Amino acid sequence: METKITASNLNLSFGDTHVLKDVTIDVYKNTITGFMGPSGSGKSSLISIINRMIDFENNVRIEGDVLIDGKSILDGSSNPIELRRRVGTVFAVPIPLPRSIFENIAYGPRLKGISDRTSLHHIVEDSLKKAFLWDEVKDRLNTSALKLSGGQQQRLCLARTLALKPEIILLDEPCSGLDPISTAKIEDALSELKSDYTIILVSNNTKQIARISDFSAFFYLGTLIEYNTTDKVFTAPVEKRTEDYIQGKFG
Amino acid sequence: MTDRTMLKERFVKWVLITFALSSLLFLFLIFVFILAEGLPLFLKVGLKKIIFGFKWAPTKGYFGIFPMIVSSFLVTFGALVIGAPLGLSCAIYLSEYSGKKTKMFLKPALELLAGIPSVVYGFLGVIYIVPLVRNYLGGSGFSLISTSLILGVMILPTIISISFDAITTVPKTYREASAAMGATKWQTIYKVILPSAKSGILASFILGMGRAIGETMAVIMIAGNALKIPTSILDPLRTLTGNIALELAYATGDHRLGLFSTGIVLMVIIMALNYLANFGIKRKPAK
Amino acid sequence: MRVNPRIINQAVRVGLSAQALFTVSILVVIVAIICVKGFPYIDFAFIFSFPEDMGRHGGIFPSIVGTIQLALLSILLATPLGVGTAIFLTEYTRESAFTKLIRFGVESLAGIPSILYGLFGFIFFVIKLKMGWSLLAGVLTLTIMILPTIIRTSEEAIRAVPRQLRIVSYSLSASKWETIKKVVLPAAMPGILTGIMLSIGRAVGETAAVIFTMGSSLRLPLSLMDSGRTMAVHFYILAREGISMEKAYGTALVLVLSILLINVVAYYLMNKAIARYS
Repeated sequence: METKITASNLNLSFGDTHVLKDVTIDVYKNTITGFMGPSGSGKSSLISIINRMIDFENNVRIEGDVLIDGKSILDGSSNPIELRRRVGTVFAVPIPLPRSIFENIAYGPRLKGISDRTSLHHIVEDSLKKAFLWDEVKDRLNTSALKLSGGQQQRLCLARTLALKPEIILLDEPCSGLDPISTAKIEDALSELKSDYTIILVSNNTKQIARISDFSAFFYLGTLIEYNTTDKVFTAPVEKRTEDYIQGKFG
Repeated sequence: MTDRTMLKERFVKWVLITFALSSLLFLFLIFVFILAEGLPLFLKVGLKKIIFGFKWAPTKGYFGIFPMIVSSFLVTFGALVIGAPLGLSCAIYLSEYSGKKTKMFLKPALELLAGIPSVVYGFLGVIYIVPLVRNYLGGSGFSLISTSLILGVMILPTIISISFDAITTVPKTYREASAAMGATKWQTIYKVILPSAKSGILASFILGMGRAIGETMAVIMIAGNALKIPTSILDPLRTLTGNIALELAYATGDHRLGLFSTGIVLMVIIMALNYLANFGIKRKPAK
Repeated sequence: MRVNPRIINQAVRVGLSAQALFTVSILVVIVAIICVKGFPYIDFAFIFSFPEDMGRHGGIFPSIVGTIQLALLSILLATPLGVGTAIFLTEYTRESAFTKLIRFGVESLAGIPSILYGLFGFIFFVIKLKMGWSLLAGVLTLTIMILPTIIRTSEEAIRAVPRQLRIVSYSLSASKWETIKKVVLPAAMPGILTGIMLSIGRAVGETAAVIFTMGSSLRLPLSLMDSGRTMAVHFYILAREGISMEKAYGTALVLVLSILLINVVAYYLMNKAIARYS
């Protein structure tokens, strides 16, 4: 299997707090990899390094490296703006921009310089279909995105990310605020998307990870405790702490 | 493509820094040009003869502005006597008593008082207040008391909005704790809220003073502009601002420089007041 | 004898309400007087004809045009400077000695009374830069005078835009300036417009800073180097020199109504801005 993302001996501190400790992991292409762990485990911080959103935090110190397709994304020659075109992100809380559904999705493509209406329309339709939202909004693309329900907004955010045509999609607890039906729709969309993208799903919901991810990583207090195929992690975990977490004994 | 983005980013940043620096540049220019015009006269005539001189006859070499300094403070004090209690009452009413709907209407209405041009205040003062004072209290009506009345109203918006902010930032828990101990609303306000908002309220008074002492057009219309220290509230007077506005259009030579010296004194007073007010606002209790 | 605190409480409530009512009635009375006294003297001709005999007869057309020219040109200059400064202070720096210095400059400018702006504009633009009494000197002076208002209101409006919107924009590969232009400024627009409207109101009502820079020529300013007379200045001269009480009231009515209208629009925008994120 082809490696897409590699973190090697990655350490991250915010001021005096050591958030990631010597994390080394390979994420494979065209898979869904689940990152799980209790809060404070460092799983979300790892994601914010991969998309370089960590740049907007203060007092950050990073050691080690992260590679995408074998090239470092942390060294001086790497351009975070270009990186974020390859690495799309969906956040925990859906945050539509205060503009229409169409313009939300067209935001990324427009930044790339795509401005003709037909191309944009094509991208918007394609992205909304992939996010399983097209049928619900196709008649009201010009209404404000803020009028959508929470579940629809989160799928809009997914579609908006897809419109960037990224290689990697990072989802940071995307279903934490959603009802079961909306969650199911997002999960269905992700399962279909993995053939074209490399997906990392951060979640507190171990059942969700078990349902849709191919690989699972368990983080605890900044350390990668266990990483294997989802089958192995959930049926025969090596570490006691992994087993306890999966069984809901803590977290 | 992204190199161009980076270049653009850097360009924008430098443009914005330049814009931000423009405020400092303007302040610098204002200082330099007013000082450059006004200071030489201080050196030539002497600080004491200007600030403590009683006689203003600039064409004859007398540049004493002491009566104007005293007058400026007198009208400012008079404005405060009228504006401070009324303004504070309005601020308390707005924040503690008025309902949401009343507030929605009342607050902008009170702030609108600040939008009425100074010349309109002056005009109405001449038409209504001056005759009232003349007929009921005596004198010409162009007087310390008329000016103070008008200025008192003009500084209301400043006092109201800044005290209101100070009062509303008093933490809710203070009110709840006081109410829980059985205090009436007024006891809570008087014993808890006003003491904690004290420095902000004081700042609002000082900024109100700054507004009053800098006010010009209304003052020259109502004050009578006489060149002496008023001995009663019915006497006319001339303020520092009035002195500049009355004579700038035709003054030349040393006379004009004298007006800039007046400006320097005014500037120093305003700066001192602003410094005091900032001190008060910064000590506002944290939320 | 101790008075029952409840009775004091009621008395205070009544007293404070009365004072608030009194204060508002001052505004109402001012507007009412101007309206009642001014209304008989304004008509189509008053607005659109030229003054005759120093303003004793005729209309106020040139001063209406002069007011609009002065206010709009000052806003045109002050808005990019002010909004740019606000963007710099909120988006491009952390609090530092440098931002403190700039804030100090802005606060100081805000505290300077208008007569000192007049004094400065007179010596710097009119005399030293040899602009003479002119629209240009008036515009430049007022630009500096209204700058602090625009900076403060814009800064507040920009700060009120939730941080998450910026984060989302960055995550979609926007650069800083793209984020500001496409997300932050549109979201902050009602607040910024409030500041602009309040500044226009201030420029329209200003007299002391205008009379010594733009002068008081009764002619219609046709170029930047022409002197002109705003409504506020015209009104001041009519009233102070006792030229015509009728025309003074008429001018005051147009002046006060314009300012009321501008302020009402400003409050409308402000409420819109507040409603947006609460």
